[in-house]
Amino acid sequence: MNQRIEKLRNQSLEAVNRITSERGMLVTEFYKNGKASASSIPVQRAKAFEYILSNKAICINEGELIVGERGPEPKATPTYPEINLHSVEDLDILDSREKVSFKVDEQTRKDYEQVIIPYWKGRTQRERIFRHLSPEWINAYEAGVFTEFQEQRAPGHTVAGKQVFEKGMLDWIEEIHAALSHLDELNDPEAPRKRDELEAMEIVARAMIHYAERHSDKLREMAESTQDTQRKGELENMAAICRRVPAHAPQTLHEALQHYWFIHLGVITELNPWDSFNPGRLDQHLNPLFQKEQQAGSIDRDQAVELLESFWVKFNNHPSPPKVGVTAQESNTYTDFALINVGGLDERGHDATNEMTYILLDVIEEMRILQPSSMVQVSKKSPDRLLKRTAQITQTGFGQPSYFNTDAIIQELLRQGKDIEDARNGGASGCVETGAFGKERYILTGYFNLNKVLEVTLHNGTDPRSGKKIGIETGEPDSFQTFEALFEAFQKQLRFFTEVKLRGNNIIEDLYARFMPVPFLSLIIDDCISNGQDYNAGGARYNTSYVQGVGIGSLTDNLTALEYHVFDRKDVSMAQMMEAINSNFDGHEQLRYNMIYETPKYGNDDDYADKHTVKIFDAFYESINGKPTARGGVFRINLLPTTSHVYFGSVIEAMPDGRKAHEPLSEGISPVQGTDRKGPTAVVQSAAKIDHLKTGGTLLNQKFSPSFFNDEAGVEKFVRLIRSYFKMDGHHIQFNVVDADTLREAQKHPEKYEDLIVRVAGYSDYFNDLGTDLQNEIIKRTEHETL
Amino acid sequence: MLDLLTDLASSPIAASPSFNTIFQNIMKGLIFDIKHYAIHDGPGIRQTIFFKGCPLSCWWCHNPESQSSRVETYTKKKRLDGRLFEKQEKIGYYIEADELFRTIESDTIFYDESAGGVTFSGGEPLMQPQFLGEIAQKSHRAKIHTALDTSGYASQRTLLKVLEYIDLVLYDLKIIDDELHRKYTGVSNKVILENLELLNQSGKDVRVRFPVIPGITDTSTNLQQVQSYLTQLNQIKNIDILDYHDISRGKYERFGKENKMGDQRPGPGVTEEIKQQFENLGYQVSIGG
Repeated sequence: MNQRIEKLRNQSLEAVNRITSERGMLVTEFYKNGKASASSIPVQRAKAFEYILSNKAICINEGELIVGERGPEPKATPTYPEINLHSVEDLDILDSREKVSFKVDEQTRKDYEQVIIPYWKGRTQRERIFRHLSPEWINAYEAGVFTEFQEQRAPGHTVAGKQVFEKGMLDWIEEIHAALSHLDELNDPEAPRKRDELEAMEIVARAMIHYAERHSDKLREMAESTQDTQRKGELENMAAICRRVPAHAPQTLHEALQHYWFIHLGVITELNPWDSFNPGRLDQHLNPLFQKEQQAGSIDRDQAVELLESFWVKFNNHPSPPKVGVTAQESNTYTDFALINVGGLDERGHDATNEMTYILLDVIEEMRILQPSSMVQVSKKSPDRLLKRTAQITQTGFGQPSYFNTDAIIQELLRQGKDIEDARNGGASGCVETGAFGKERYILTGYFNLNKVLEVTLHNGTDPRSGKKIGIETGEPDSFQTFEALFEAFQKQLRFFTEVKLRGNNIIEDLYARFMPVPFLSLIIDDCISNGQDYNAGGARYNTSYVQGVGIGSLTDNLTALEYHVFDRKDVSMAQMMEAINSNFDGHEQLRYNMIYETPKYGNDDDYADKHTVKIFDAFYESINGKPTARGGVFRINLLPTTSHVYFGSVIEAMPDGRKAHEPLSEGISPVQGTDRKGPTAVVQSAAKIDHLKTGGTLLNQKFSPSFFNDEAGVEKFVRLIRSYFKMDGHHIQFNVVDADTLREAQKHPEKYEDLIVRVAGYSDYFNDLGTDLQNEIIKRTEHETL
Repeated sequence: MLDLLTDLASSPIAASPSFNTIFQNIMKGLIFDIKHYAIHDGPGIRQTIFFKGCPLSCWWCHNPESQSSRVETYTKKKRLDGRLFEKQEKIGYYIEADELFRTIESDTIFYDESAGGVTFSGGEPLMQPQFLGEIAQKSHRAKIHTALDTSGYASQRTLLKVLEYIDLVLYDLKIIDDELHRKYTGVSNKVILENLELLNQSGKDVRVRFPVIPGITDTSTNLQQVQSYLTQLNQIKNIDILDYHDISRGKYERFGKENKMGDQRPGPGVTEEIKQQFENLGYQVSIGG
């Protein structure tokens, strides 16, 4: 990377996270002055947006080529008091906690104490939501049966489609006018509501143009005062770009990136939508412009890389807005989840890999920053070159890019009833979530703790941690004469809790539709304009609500341990098992040993265990899939954890698979840590037994030693492994290349790393089986192989 | 009956290639491991079946637990929560060809995708020719690529019989001097060299595997002898150089076997240099297989 980028990258890496009260104060001032209170809610929201963009500080960082910050400076993170209101204690925790702290200065604290808290207390969306939810919901939520995204963040989870790169604000305003002219108050009783929504959309579109012009003015001012002639030229050029976009559709690569970035800022300033918006199929959007300019000789590859890298830094400048309450202390994922897609198919179904795909991979490799995250879409038509190039990046030990199966994504979308072209233009976002980019609202509603349901089942409806009855009575554990009876009880509890969750989701969805419209996001997602309907009220072409199942690997192992020992072999009675788990295996060490080492486990292509995975999947699927949501959408499932497997583990006591109280659960559809002893082919065989095409995404993590890639043949076989998994309809796989620290951990806790294979010489062996000297040598070698 | 067989298998006549044919109808195969995602034992993604029992006892053997033709026991030690758990574990188990074939076949999708297959290794698979023949035939009929990883220490008849169902032979060539071969492997190399010459004539796909063992196979005399011997075999074009590693030291300790190699390690760059020598002679050479 060149000097400019190195500097920008360092500035971004070194910038300190802090809370800014800028947005909180502006939104409070706006609502306090009451000028818009006679307007409809959408128009009020639009005017609040306009007020923020007209009054917030304009930040232009030294040397940057793409401009615009959500806060007054990089990593200054705004708050959204209309959604969730931080207390002074929350701010203190954020300021002082060890992991991912956000500095809170005196002025911010004062703003909160004197202005923001007094105004918003009792008026927030979060309080509104909690007033409406049932006691069953609250019980389950507090016990950790599920989480709820929308209690702290607005429903977001959508991705820019190609129209975002083909249209400007003025084009959308024209579409708004067309929609307004078609309104028929005589025959359409919804027409007045649509008018409000469309008017709101026009206000935000104009506000965005004005916001870009403010940047243009500032850039011109800076150009006039700088002595540096090179920078002067750049600033003048940037000023001109901010006059053109996002008002008009972009004509150059530089314009396209700036255009998108303004839109991105609009989405994340309007509200705090979970899983930050992202540009989606970036190589598809940018390549035509890049090719045109390259042919005209107005840009070369290096210039394109420089612009893209400058763009990359902007994402990294924007941590996710921190939450309030207990999660302020516990949660430590504060990246947003912008997931750039490259590769895949075009809308006609042809391989879409292009020159920009490879340029973006170079950028990803060179930047090595957390945000934006990246993934490669692999279809059966994708060239091997794409996979091999990606493997080179994987090998460096950077968790990105992850690998996705385009053909599976398309089939998932088609199964959900999407048009084939919309499906091919889609991809995955967030962690692994399938979506029709630019056309779908596919919100995540919360993680679902599958293992907690088993724990409650084993306690006849009671949560053993609190002693509270949170489920239904399905029988004492020793009353189950067969494994099937036990599973049936589990299924009853599962249905009970999923229904509680879905009822809550519908209440929340309705509250967002009524109280928190997002006219700006609605502008850019088809078909909100033509429907005259807000994104949060079902205006998008497709509307899906996901519940994310967590811990299927752990639950498989728990059910397997019960079936194998209690019902099949009968070497442990149910009473003994219950006593062992209720005492956290204290005094039952041998039993725990047997559960860990003498029991079939998920991830080894062993049907004894894997049949449970399939049963659990089917039960979860049937209890959720296809049910209608409050505003015209459909509930679906996916299987991904982010970091919730840690939280969910922390609320569960010891379990039959030998897991001790409060330890993390398995993540995604990966096996329990260390229990897959037959290598990656067996893992993907197990993982492929569930029907991925019925989900909206599954997540499979694999540990790999870097030595597996250090020759061409190794890379080739790695590529074939991925292709094989995708042939089996696997949705996603990512590789955590094992680093030296992990190996040191494995020396200390061998039982957690039973699966760790390392390549030693011409062959490989389990790390645990090596002598200490050799382990040390491999640790040393690994330090060289990863970066 | 099994006890009798295992006793017989470990007796001196077990090394005689005709031994197994006597029991051809009643024996299951004795294996000690199945490795999935085996990527160093032939082309593509493979499953490697480790046969138990070997007529050789190489000083540097990577799989000391593979040598004996009987089921052995050892004390598995595992630490959990700071407590040591000890358990008697068996090394090796008998398996029927049908059951083994189901395991092999279950990874077909990987073989198809990667042009991989199954590799029979050990131990010495040719010590169980009947069983090997059966499983190789089943695999071959199912169009699964088969590789035989062998020391070559078996009768011609045994080798030829199995060869029909083998697509690729990975053939160990260690030491040319017979005296030294006896010292370091326990057997004469006469039949090994004869069999390699036979393979050279057979038109089979053969890769010679040369292990670089410090002070034993990497001496300049042995290298010269190996190279001049190989140049006489005009059909051999591919050589895998296997670099020695004391990875197995832990295994010797675990299984309570004597490790004669001590702390030997190859000098820096030795493997590369040997690779270069073979390449200069016109061979396709890879390190590590």
